[in-house]
Amino acid sequence: MTKTLFERVWASHVVKQLTDDVALLYVDLHLIHEVTSPQAFAGLKREGRAVRRPERTLATVDHSIPTGDRSLPIADAVAARQVDVLGGNAREFGIELFDLTSPGQGIVHVIGPELGATQPGMVIVCGDSHTATHGAFGAFAIGIGTSEVEHVLATQCIALSKPRTLEARFTGSRGPGVGAKDLILALIGKIGTAGATGHVIEYTGEAIRALSMEERMTVCNMSIEAGARAGMIAPDDVTFAYLKGRPRVHTGEAWTKDVARWRRLRSNSGARYDTQVMLDASRIGPQVTWGTTPGMVADITARVPDPAALGTDAERHAAQRALQYMGLEPGTPLAGIPIDRVFLGSCTNARIEDLRAAAGVVRGRHVAARVRAMVVPGSQRVKAQAEAEGLDQVFREAGFEWRNAGCSMCLGMNDDILGAGERCAATSNRNFEGRQGRGGRTHLMSPMMAAAAAIEGHLVDVRGW
Amino acid sequence: MVKPFTQHRGRLVTLPRRDVDTDQIIPKQFLKGIERTGFGPALFCDWRYRPDGSPDPGFELNSPAAEGATILVTGPNFGCGSSREHAVWALAEYGFRAVIAPSFADIFTSNCYRNGLLPVRLPAPEVDALIRSTEGGIHELTIDLEKQLITDDRGFKTGFRADPYGRELLLRGLDEIGRTLLDEPSIAAYERRHP
Ligand code: SF4
Repeated sequence: MTKTLFERVWASHVVKQLTDDVALLYVDLHLIHEVTSPQAFAGLKREGRAVRRPERTLATVDHSIPTGDRSLPIADAVAARQVDVLGGNAREFGIELFDLTSPGQGIVHVIGPELGATQPGMVIVCGDSHTATHGAFGAFAIGIGTSEVEHVLATQCIALSKPRTLEARFTGSRGPGVGAKDLILALIGKIGTAGATGHVIEYTGEAIRALSMEERMTVCNMSIEAGARAGMIAPDDVTFAYLKGRPRVHTGEAWTKDVARWRRLRSNSGARYDTQVMLDASRIGPQVTWGTTPGMVADITARVPDPAALGTDAERHAAQRALQYMGLEPGTPLAGIPIDRVFLGSCTNARIEDLRAAAGVVRGRHVAARVRAMVVPGSQRVKAQAEAEGLDQVFREAGFEWRNAGCSMCLGMNDDILGAGERCAATSNRNFEGRQGRGGRTHLMSPMMAAAAAIEGHLVDVRGW
Repeated sequence: MVKPFTQHRGRLVTLPRRDVDTDQIIPKQFLKGIERTGFGPALFCDWRYRPDGSPDPGFELNSPAAEGATILVTGPNFGCGSSREHAVWALAEYGFRAVIAPSFADIFTSNCYRNGLLPVRLPAPEVDALIRSTEGGIHELTIDLEKQLITDDRGFKTGFRADPYGRELLLRGLDEIGRTLLDEPSIAAYERRHP
């Protein structure tokens, strides 16, 4: 049998084949948050339905909450109601909730792995596109809409058409100053934001094997920015070492059995993928986006491209629009573009290693005069860990704001937003028009690059720095 | 319960842009509600309205010819980005019954099928032809989901292929959860095999 990792996980979760293409899959872990679940619970209640497996469901608040002082009530009444409604639903249906007062609260894709709730071989869903993050453990993890959230709550299953497979092989080893973010941005730049639509990406190759778990999560997280349904990395000793001892994993003999089972979760050497892409990690430099999709990305040593030089009418048109929105002229060197804000956060890059990497860059230096910079840890546990290591001091002394955990300026649902025309170096995952605030201009990059930009006041190549 | 879709005749409006993301379709400030309704007026908010709240006459949906349009024709990778179903709720509440594009993001597509909105994939040259067809003013299409066929009064005729599962949901206006619950014995059996 020549199966890919994805096909193995898929096959072991089919409850029933519905059509040639569509199967009813069993869901091992369902993560929910305040923004995409209220209408699902309302639907359940309207129909008098129960939650089938509340113990396989985990809830947290992350998207619309403030990241400032937690002792104050939420000032935004509409957001406060949404948070209350999640609390009420969790209580009513017996679902564990990490609320604003919980030390385990955080961005849904940060806390799943942190708890060890995310495990190899699982099917994981969440009403959030960056559920792909959990694929770093060899899980098949997908983002779903609210109707599907309701369906999973009621049935613990999801009807899905089977995606195709794409192998993204990263050969070689990456150079200093190059992070996991650069690998995934380079891939998106190469295949485009719809390059993997309808596919599950499996990341392979020595450059992937060499990544830590946090780095693997960064890579899988942005699979959705390449259009993919999910991203996956076969579990190995790095995965098991990360999981061992976490609250939700087994101990003793059961753990040994789990690990033995998980070791079989990989693609056979003869496994066939529908598509393959190769990248040489040693040739990838630090990446920054210049436009309004994550695919509009280039090496920091490059210049803002000239739309006129692009291949098709549609590309020219899109690039022109993007440059106009971004307020950039073709031919401008990327390194040197002045910034107003820095956002170190999000489910892509707000784990402890990200904060360590950024702190390493800013230690003993100070944020440039006109720049406002903030760190928003991915979870309260990440925050506590960083504080135990003294990283908060490093950031504060350098002039960064040190916040509580949440999505924050990644999507700007609270008041952490960009003003019109403000330019931001961000470690998040989307640079869409208005994503971080109407008229705001986002450049995506790694935590090291964003940290260096904060100090310099402009985009800069962290390698020569 | 999905609003059934069998056949629809309606007016086109074109939005010739690629990679239109769900943040653009419905910006985040409208996601704080707990209802499924109230999103129509906020559809494409940042493009549709100027910062002072007045309609931007330059935006495609604000042109007089777009009045009453129920079919949106647009560029590739429509609906990319966030999984927010609010984007589909906004399009449906505004009055759209179908979106025609060369490609759609995956999560957006499945959200459409569950809300009575038909995503139609057509080859890029055909989409471009439809976009040009509205330059002369109003243009109406008939979309037949049963036959998977699009026609107009000027002789335009093209087939399309909807996702079979999604098509079934739309044609029959199925309650998907009710349907899956009929398979409860299979789910229970799976749970016994995989405790
Ligand atoms: S951090 Fe950003 S991308 Fe991640 S879940 Fe929150 S809003 Fe979504």
